[in-house]
Amino acid sequence: MLSKMRPVLLIVFMLFLSGCKVAMLDPKGSIAADEKHIMLTSLALMSIIVIPVIILAFLFAWRYREGNTKAEYLPNWSHSTLLEVIWWSVPCVIIIILGYITWTSTLRLDPYKAINNPAKPIEIQVISLEWKWLFIYPEQHIATINYVEFPVDVPVRFYITAEGPMNSFQIPQLAGQIYAMAGMQTKLNLIANELGIYQGYATNLTGNGFSDMKFTARATSRAEFNQWVKQVKSSPHQLTMNAYNQLAQQKDNHAVSYYSFAASDIYEVAMMKYMMPMPNRGEAILSNRSHDAGKKHV
Amino acid sequence: MFEKMLLGNLTLQAIPYQNPIIAGAGIFMMLVACIIMGSLFYYKKWTWLWREWITSVDHKKIGVMYIILAAVMLLRGIADAVMMRIQQVMAVGDSTGYLPPEHYNQIFTAHGVIMIFFMAMPFMFGLINIVLPLQIGARDVAFPFLNSLSFWLAVVGAGLVNISLVIGDFAATGWLAYPPLSELAYSPGVGVDYYIWALQISGVGTLLSGINFVVTVFKMRCPGMTFMRMPIFTWTALCSMILVILAFPVLTVTLALLFLDRYFGMHFFTADMGGNAMMYINLIWIWGHPEVYILILPAFGIYSEVVATFSKKYLFGYATMVWATACITVLAFIVWLHHFFTMGAGANVNAFFGVATMIISVPTGVKVFNWLFTMYKGRIKFTTPMLWTMGFITTFVIGGMTGVLMAVPAIDYQVHNSLFLIAHFHNAIIGGVVFGYLAGFTYWFPKAFGFKLNETLGKYAFWCWIIGFYVAFMPLYVLGLMGMTRRLNHYSAGNGWHPYLVVAAIGAFIIVAGIVFQIAQLIVSIKNREQYKDHTGDPWDGRTLEWSIPSPAPFYNFAVTPIVNSRDAFWEAKQQNILQEKTYEDIHMPKNTSAGFIIAMLSGLVGFALIWHITWLIIVGLVSVMTAVIIRSFHLDIDYYLTVPEIEKLESQS
Amino acid sequence: MTHHDADSMDIFGFWIYILSDCILFSAIFASYAVLHTNTYGGTEIKSIVNLPYVLTETMVLLVSSFTYGLAILSLYKNHLCKVITWLAATFVCGFTFVAMEIYEFVHLYMEGNNWQGSAALSSFFTLVGTHSLHVSLGLVWMLILMLQLLFFGLTPVMKKRLTYLGLFWAFLDIIWIFVFTIVYLMGAI
Repeated sequence: MLSKMRPVLLIVFMLFLSGCKVAMLDPKGSIAADEKHIMLTSLALMSIIVIPVIILAFLFAWRYREGNTKAEYLPNWSHSTLLEVIWWSVPCVIIIILGYITWTSTLRLDPYKAINNPAKPIEIQVISLEWKWLFIYPEQHIATINYVEFPVDVPVRFYITAEGPMNSFQIPQLAGQIYAMAGMQTKLNLIANELGIYQGYATNLTGNGFSDMKFTARATSRAEFNQWVKQVKSSPHQLTMNAYNQLAQQKDNHAVSYYSFAASDIYEVAMMKYMMPMPNRGEAILSNRSHDAGKKHV
Repeated sequence: MFEKMLLGNLTLQAIPYQNPIIAGAGIFMMLVACIIMGSLFYYKKWTWLWREWITSVDHKKIGVMYIILAAVMLLRGIADAVMMRIQQVMAVGDSTGYLPPEHYNQIFTAHGVIMIFFMAMPFMFGLINIVLPLQIGARDVAFPFLNSLSFWLAVVGAGLVNISLVIGDFAATGWLAYPPLSELAYSPGVGVDYYIWALQISGVGTLLSGINFVVTVFKMRCPGMTFMRMPIFTWTALCSMILVILAFPVLTVTLALLFLDRYFGMHFFTADMGGNAMMYINLIWIWGHPEVYILILPAFGIYSEVVATFSKKYLFGYATMVWATACITVLAFIVWLHHFFTMGAGANVNAFFGVATMIISVPTGVKVFNWLFTMYKGRIKFTTPMLWTMGFITTFVIGGMTGVLMAVPAIDYQVHNSLFLIAHFHNAIIGGVVFGYLAGFTYWFPKAFGFKLNETLGKYAFWCWIIGFYVAFMPLYVLGLMGMTRRLNHYSAGNGWHPYLVVAAIGAFIIVAGIVFQIAQLIVSIKNREQYKDHTGDPWDGRTLEWSIPSPAPFYNFAVTPIVNSRDAFWEAKQQNILQEKTYEDIHMPKNTSAGFIIAMLSGLVGFALIWHITWLIIVGLVSVMTAVIIRSFHLDIDYYLTVPEIEKLESQS
Repeated sequence: MTHHDADSMDIFGFWIYILSDCILFSAIFASYAVLHTNTYGGTEIKSIVNLPYVLTETMVLLVSSFTYGLAILSLYKNHLCKVITWLAATFVCGFTFVAMEIYEFVHLYMEGNNWQGSAALSSFFTLVGTHSLHVSLGLVWMLILMLQLLFFGLTPVMKKRLTYLGLFWAFLDIIWIFVFTIVYLMGAI
C-alpha cells in the first residue's frame, strides 16, 4: 500500500523544491494572494476528514483481514445511530464553515468588484482575437498586442470582449481568470503589488493557434509606465478601424506590437456588432448568416 | 454535379491517406476488422453469431456485448491518451512535437468523447444489464427488444466516431464542443457533425435504457422484495437511470440546436445575430453534471456489494446508504454552474452554486464512512474486487477533496481549465468510476461466463493501474497550480513544466501495462477455464440473489421465481438453510429479433448521410428507419413459453 | 406474469417516456425564454404573431383531442367501426393543424422572416416546429394504427397501443397550451 504513497510524496517534495515557479503559490497581487490563502485554508479544513478516512481505511483493512483471527468478528452488526450522527454532523459542520468561507470570499473576490485602493484605476480594454490579445488603453489612446504594462500598486480594470470563439483571460500571479465572449463584456479587477514581469494566458480553447496565445504583463513604477507610454506613442503603427478589422480577420499568432494610436470606438464596435447590425463599421468575423436574408422591419 | 447529388460533400479528399499517423491507425483498425471477419468465415460462425448474439434480446448477452464494446473503445481512448502525453513531453520550447494542432485538438476531443460516451457508459450499461434483473429475481428487463435496440444504437455511435478517423475528421473542439468554436464559422468541416450524430444516435439508446431499467425495477421485482430489501447496487442503478431520464433529453435538445445552427443557419449559439453561446454552456452542463453522477452511482453500488461480500458482513447503514444516494441524485441537478464559475455570472449566483456543490460532499462522505464500517469487525478477504475497492476509497477521497476545493469560486478562478481540473476529474473518474466498473467486472465475471478470472494477473493489473494513476496525475495537480492550461499542444521551455510532464507520461505507460495485464488475464483465464470453473454458482459466498443460480446463468435466469423476505436474501437463505420449493410454471420468454440491429444500422446510415449532406440518402434512410419500426410493430409473434417439461430437463442438465 | 400486468408495466413505461419528452420541451422552452428578445435589431416576435389564426389552430387541436377521447370511449365499448371513424376525425383535425402551421411558416418565410434572421426567430421556429413535428409523427402513427385495427381488430395489444397514442396526443395538446401561451399570447403583449 505504501508504494501508492511514494509517488504522492515525491510530487509534494518536488512541489516545495520548485515553489518559486508555482504561480498560484507565488502571488504578486492582493487578489491572487487572497485566492491562495483561501485555497490553503480549505485544504486544511478538508484534511480533517480526508486524512483520518485514509488512515482508517488502511487501519481497518489491516486489522480485520481474514488472517487476523484475533480481531472481533461481528457479521450482523450493521447499524449505529451514534456513528451515523457523527459522520453526518461533523462533515456538515465543516461544510458550513467552508460554505461561509465560500460565500464571503466569492463576494469579496468578485472579478467585477473594484479594488479597495485610493489610487485612480487604470482602464484597459482587452479583445481576444484569433489568436492574439489586443490591449487598448482608452485614456492614452494607444494599443498593444500580447503585451500589457501598468503601474504597480494601482488598481487595473480590464474590460474584456472577444471576436469569435469564447476565450478566457488570466494572469495567474495576479488574479483568477474570466471568460472573453463575443458580443459581451466581462470585467476583471486586479492590482500588482510587486514590480515584475508576469505570464498571461489564454485558458479556453479557441482553435489551432490557441497554445501560442500567451501575453506578457509587466508591473512597473509610475515613472517607468509613463516612459513606456511615450515609447508606444512613437510607434509607426496606427490602429484605425480598418487596420483593426484587418488584424481581426487574420487568423494567426502575432508578435508583440505597439500602436501609437487606437481609434476610440474599436472596443465598443467590436462588441456591439455582434448584437446588432452595424453597417460600414465591420462585420462580425466569419458569421454564418446567409447574405440574402433580408429582413423587413414591420 | 451528379457527384455532388450522389455523394453530398463526400469526396476522396476526406480519406487522410497523406497523414501517416492517421493512415496507420486506420489500416490497423481495418486489419483487425478483417481478421475478425476472416475468422468468422473460416470457423463458419456467422450463423451462430447472428442467432446467438446479434439478434439476442437476452439481457445477459446484451450486457456482455456492451462490455466488449467498452473494452474495444477503452483501447482507442487510451491510445489517444498516450499520444497526448508523448506530444506534451516532446513539444517543449522550439519543438512542436509530432502532432500539429489540427490533429492534436481532435485527439483530446476524441479521448474525452470515447471515454465518457463509448467506454464508461457502455461499461455501466453492460454491468447493469447482466446483474440488475438477476438481483431482483426477474427473468429479463421490462422491454427486451428496446434493450437490444439501445445496445446497437450505442455501437452505431461508436462506429461513427471510428469512421471519422478514416473518412473525414473528428471534432477539434473539446469533448463538449462549446460554441462559437463548434459553429460552422469556426469549425467548417465535418468533425462536429460526426460528434453531433454519434452522440444523438447513442443518446436515444441511452434514454431508452433509462426507461427500461426504471420500469424493470419498479414493476419486476420478485415477490417479497420491497424497495428497502433490494440489493444496494439495484438502488444505485435505479437512481442513475432516473438521472438518465431527466438529463439526456437536455443533451438531445442542445445538440439538436447546434445541428440547426450548422445545417439550417439558425442562430441559437452563434457569436452574432443574437445567438447566445452561454446558453449552450448552461444547457450542456445541466446535462453534463448529472452525467457524472450517472456514471458514479452504479460504481458506488458495486463497492457496496463488494465490501459487504468480502468483509462477510451486512452493508453498514443500508437505509442511510439509500437516503444518501437519493440525496446525491437530487442535488446533482442544482450544481451545474460550478463548471463555469469564470463565465461571469456574478458573485451571488457563483456563491450559491459553490455552496450547493459542497453540500453533495456530505452524503458522499457518509457513504465512505459506511463502507469503512462495513469493513470494521468483518473478516476481509483481499480478492481483486476488494483491492479495487480499497484503491477507490483512498483515491476517490482525494479527487473529492480537490473537487470541493474547486467548488470555491475564488479558487476556481485560478485553476479552472488548468491541468488541476484535468487531474481532479480523472482522479474522480478513474478512482471512482473505472476502479468500480473493473471491480464489478471481476466480481460478476463468473456469473456471466461460468469461470473466475486469474487472481494473480488481476492483482498485477490493479497495482499497475493505481500506481500508474498516481504517477500520471499527481504531477498534473502541480502543473495546474503552476499555471499550465489544459489542451496545450506545445509550451515554452524554462517555466519548469517539462519534468512533470515526463513523469505523467511514464504514469500513462504504467496504466497501459495494467491494461496489458488485464488482456493477459482474460487470455489465461479463458485458456484455463476448466481450472477456474465456478461449480456452485456462488464463487464468492455471496449475499444477493444472483448468486443463487448456476454459473453461467441459464437463459431464463430463475427456474422458479424466488420469494424473499429480507435484505441480502440469499445470505439469509444460506444461514438458515432454507430451500425453496421447486414447483415449476411455464416461463414467458421474448423471442430473438433482428429488428433492433436493423433499425440501429439504418439510423447509422442516416447519421452518415447527415454528416456528409447526402440528401437523397438522408430521406431514404429516414423512411427506411420508420418502415423498419412499422414492420416491427406488425410482428405479433414476439414471444414464447418455456414449458415445465423443458424447464425440468434444462435444470437437471446444469 | 399475466398479460394484464404486462400491459400496466408497458403503459407505465410510456408515461416515463412522456416525462422525458416533457424535459425535452422544457429545454426548448428555456432556450426560447432566453433568446426570444435577441432580435439583432430585426423582427420582433410581436410582429409575427397572428392571434386569430393561432386561436383557430388551437381550437382545431382541442377538437382533435375530443374526437380521440370519443375513439377511446368507443374502444371501451368494443365498437371497431366507431373507433376507426373517430380516429379518422382526429387525423383530419391533426392534419389541418399541421397544414395551418406549415402555411404560417411558409408565409413568414416569404415575407422575409425566416429562421436564419436572428436568434429570436430561430427559437420561435424551433419551438413551434418541434411541436408540429411531434404532431406529424403522431399522425403517421395514427394512420398505422388505423391500418392495424383493420388487420388485427380490437385485440388487447391494439387497445394498449391506442392508449399509448392517446397519452401522446393529450400530452401534445398540453404542450401546445404552453406554446400558445408563452409564444403567442405573451409574445403579443
